[in-house]
Amino acid sequence: MHPAKSVIYFTTASGAGYGLMVWLAVMGALGYIPADRTFGLVAFGIAFFLIISGLISSTGHLGRPERAWRALSQWRSSWLSREGVLAILTFAPTGIYALTWVVLGKNTGLAGVIGLVGAVLSLTTIYATSMIYASLKAIPAWSNRWTSVGYLVLGLMTGSAIMLGLQSVFGVGHSGLIIKLTTVLLALGGFIKLCYWRSLGAGGARSTAESATGLGTNGRVHMVESPHGEDNYLLKEMGYKIARKHAQKLRRLALVLGFIIPMALVAAMAVIIPELSLALSLLALVSVIIGLAMERWLFFAEAKHVVMLFYGQSEV
Amino acid sequence: MTCLPQNASRVKLGLVIDLDICVGCHACAVNCKEWNTSGKLAPLTDIDPYGAKPDGVWFNRVHTFEAVDEAAGTSRTVHFPRSCLHCEDAPCVTVCPTGASYKRDDDGIVLINTDICIGCKLCSWACPYGAREYDEDEGVMKKCTLCVDKIYNENLPPESRVPACVSTCPTGARSFGDLGDPDSDVSKLVEARGGYALMPEQGTAPVNRYLPPRPKKVGDGMAPRMLEHHDDSADGAGLLARWVDKVLSV
Repeated sequence: MHPAKSVIYFTTASGAGYGLMVWLAVMGALGYIPADRTFGLVAFGIAFFLIISGLISSTGHLGRPERAWRALSQWRSSWLSREGVLAILTFAPTGIYALTWVVLGKNTGLAGVIGLVGAVLSLTTIYATSMIYASLKAIPAWSNRWTSVGYLVLGLMTGSAIMLGLQSVFGVGHSGLIIKLTTVLLALGGFIKLCYWRSLGAGGARSTAESATGLGTNGRVHMVESPHGEDNYLLKEMGYKIARKHAQKLRRLALVLGFIIPMALVAAMAVIIPELSLALSLLALVSVIIGLAMERWLFFAEAKHVVMLFYGQSEV
Repeated sequence: MTCLPQNASRVKLGLVIDLDICVGCHACAVNCKEWNTSGKLAPLTDIDPYGAKPDGVWFNRVHTFEAVDEAAGTSRTVHFPRSCLHCEDAPCVTVCPTGASYKRDDDGIVLINTDICIGCKLCSWACPYGAREYDEDEGVMKKCTLCVDKIYNENLPPESRVPACVSTCPTGARSFGDLGDPDSDVSKLVEARGGYALMPEQGTAPVNRYLPPRPKKVGDGMAPRMLEHHDDSADGAGLLARWVDKVLSV
């Protein structure tokens, strides 16, 4: 599939924003972070910036962005529509929680409960985003049980890495807890990506050139003539190919930059050199961002669409 | 409304494509483009039509495949027209976030309301058959309409009320009718020839059917016979011809 920058940014940024929102709510409501107003202003500012800029970016690939509001109407059948509706609903509790934190200086009690409602809705929105992809049977690499759990855990993981950076900058909250949380989520995220990549190779083909044409009884099927000499919409959108040797290298790079290096840096914060914790946490965050951008690029670029069986692929 | 029809109609209009007959002339694709560029989903925009990399919206594409059986030492070359299959469980309809994509209750035709389509392209990702193409110029999706503006058009003579691809096919490889009625001509044709659906494992329940190439006729391994009337001697000719032959041979 063609890896559109707008969609890569949308899925990573809004995932990170909702992840950050979840940790602000959970840690605030449970009393692990005081309702520090400056911290709240910056943290909620970043979370809302990531969410809103992600949503705006997602409209960037639309042919008719001025009609985007129509996408809220078909929530009964469409995950894309559900995602839009949930994203808007989520703004209510998260917005109120942000205001009570920043304006009233309160993040526990009733405010905490509202925050937790926002956290649940944030997770539901990430899940809806993942289901836009996971519900497409024609793309076996997405219609995969690891897709949704990957989106959820990676969203929480990047949110936690941002939270760690923010807590280091402002020196607020329980640093031991967020260090442990981020380390566990980085390990879990890396494990889920490994499982995801393993599952892509396993299980065999879902469809083949023989099942696509129904000509299997006559032998092995291959295309001898394309219907057109130049690339059409289908080949541009669904026929994106990356060199196989680079795919393996990119997977390794994404794993090292997105999960292993940040894990080492965060672990170092806890045990070895607490004086350098600010630099280490920010370095870890930068590494996560680069690694996740590669991971999400691969998620799109590696995914094969069954329509390519009509254009020379033998199995998908 | 992008939910599929609850009380799906018994009528399932669709195409039956005979892969034994198709010669891959692309007339169906060309006449489809011709009719539909001024039809319901018009125009079928072309981008850079006379340039180095022409591109454009087509509802019908003709591929050519070869099926090779190495063990038996045989191969078949098959021309393969590909268009919307008007699936009963159409995923392109249910993923649409705006309600632009819909399946008609009365005859099962899958259509797009281009007035409310936002061009998110998700329907083209959901379709296993590549039936949907994006119109870059208009920013909306386009697809086969089964010539909905032709098949019900009372201004046309009854024999013309079939999709453009069907009426133009010079070999009669394409048939149109109600595949929901077991007694229709198309259903009987499918029954008689073992017609099949493409990629049934994708679970979209296509309506269109393809008829497989008939088994190859196996000869005696020799070249075809010479024509019977080819005769070098003049013995078999009539009186006048023999006389002319004699005169000219002098």
